[in-house]
Amino acid sequence: MNQPDLAGLGRARLELRGVGVVHGGLDILHRVDLAIPIGDRTVVLGPNGAGKTTLLQAIHGLVSLSSGTVQGVGADRADTSFRFGFVFQRPVMLRRSAQANVEHALAVLGVPAAQRRERAQRAIADVGLEYAAHRPARRLSGGEQQRLAVTRANALDPDCLLLDEPTANVDPAAAAALERYLLKLAAAGRGFVMTTHDLAQARRLAQTVVFMHRGRVEEVAPAGEFFALPRSELARRFLNGEWLE
Amino acid sequence: MNTFGESLATALGLIAGTDPQLWPIVRLSLAVSGLATVAAALIAFPLAAWIALTPFRGRGVVVATMNALMGLPPVVVGLVVYLLLSRAGPFGALGILFTPAAMVVAQCVLVAPLMAALARQTLEDALVEYDAYLRSLHATKLQRVATLIREARFSLLTVLLAGFGRAAAEVGAVMIVGGNIDGITRVMTTTIALETSKGDLALALGLGLVLVLVVLLVNACAHGIRVYSARRYG
Repeated sequence: MNQPDLAGLGRARLELRGVGVVHGGLDILHRVDLAIPIGDRTVVLGPNGAGKTTLLQAIHGLVSLSSGTVQGVGADRADTSFRFGFVFQRPVMLRRSAQANVEHALAVLGVPAAQRRERAQRAIADVGLEYAAHRPARRLSGGEQQRLAVTRANALDPDCLLLDEPTANVDPAAAAALERYLLKLAAAGRGFVMTTHDLAQARRLAQTVVFMHRGRVEEVAPAGEFFALPRSELARRFLNGEWLE
Repeated sequence: MNTFGESLATALGLIAGTDPQLWPIVRLSLAVSGLATVAAALIAFPLAAWIALTPFRGRGVVVATMNALMGLPPVVVGLVVYLLLSRAGPFGALGILFTPAAMVVAQCVLVAPLMAALARQTLEDALVEYDAYLRSLHATKLQRVATLIREARFSLLTVLLAGFGRAAAEVGAVMIVGGNIDGITRVMTTTIALETSKGDLALALGLGLVLVLVVLLVNACAHGIRVYSARRYG
């Protein structure tokens, strides 16, 4: 297994050390060691059942760890408890307007009422959904809902976005729009950790690729290097389109 | 004895002519059932929210019991409330037996389990839909409850109307604890029962028509709310 050099990273990062998650007696994550630079575009690749979603949930504290730790390490900041914005594969929209959905998330975060509307309007405009701001969120198209979900997560001003296969249920045009938005956010310093099966999408978006199989991190590499010359046999077979058991 | 047609014609005349005997009974019925429904909602909805969101030992038994209590026989509720409120009972000092207050209590006891069971199911369904999202925001329990109630508001309103419908249509409990005293505790259902036994079918039928109209109106409201919420919010 190719593990990253945790000590060699000088930037703010998230460190997972020996992280394990057990569910129903099965190892969903098995002793994962990983360093994820905050602000980068990290794509987690792997077949179904690799543990990609559970990895994101472990980072965000949505599952109990059976072992290990998830810790923020800040290079230039005292507060290393990073804040994340989570986006699900299927966007979860409340029965209210698009703008009210963003306002709700801000309210839960504790943003004062006086600031919510302005921040929500800014978020909606940022993703180009001004025309739909006052429409019921659940009436928007799948692609629009997913863009709204991303901008809602981004409105929380997180250190990093955690995206669980955000384009799995949208058409190619909507996926392209979402990718453009994610690249725009990343250019402004809002990095993300995204899971996907889509190799082409990973090539377009990733700076760093984390390849997983059966709950283990098999390889971590810069995207160019990973796609040109993967070091692990499993990654090579995955890139060749082989079925991994 | 009047024929059905004659009774119906007389009944319609009573309704159209704003019969002085009929409308106080209708008003009291609506007031008692309305207050009982509101009181039941104040008990049932927080209880439902707590059960829906809190895992605890014996939860399955509590849920099964709540569901079973939906079918409480009104006469049994009336009898129990009667015993509690009678002079020898633990709440006899209140002196509210054979008053509209006792009827409110009886109807509240009758519909609270129904509303709690329906509200719990409604909130649990909403929880399934929104739990992962709310956990991803690290929402507090209070924030989760507030969000779920807001998201399920139209369904909860339907539960409220279902409770009102059951309260307004029951006769056994209010008959026992109210006593069907003319001008004081006489409501639509008890009057219908009394007047039918006396053979005054016109008044019974008139009240019956009003009662059916109320029930129809409540159900139409519930349906309208469902359609509106689906159209407006998806």
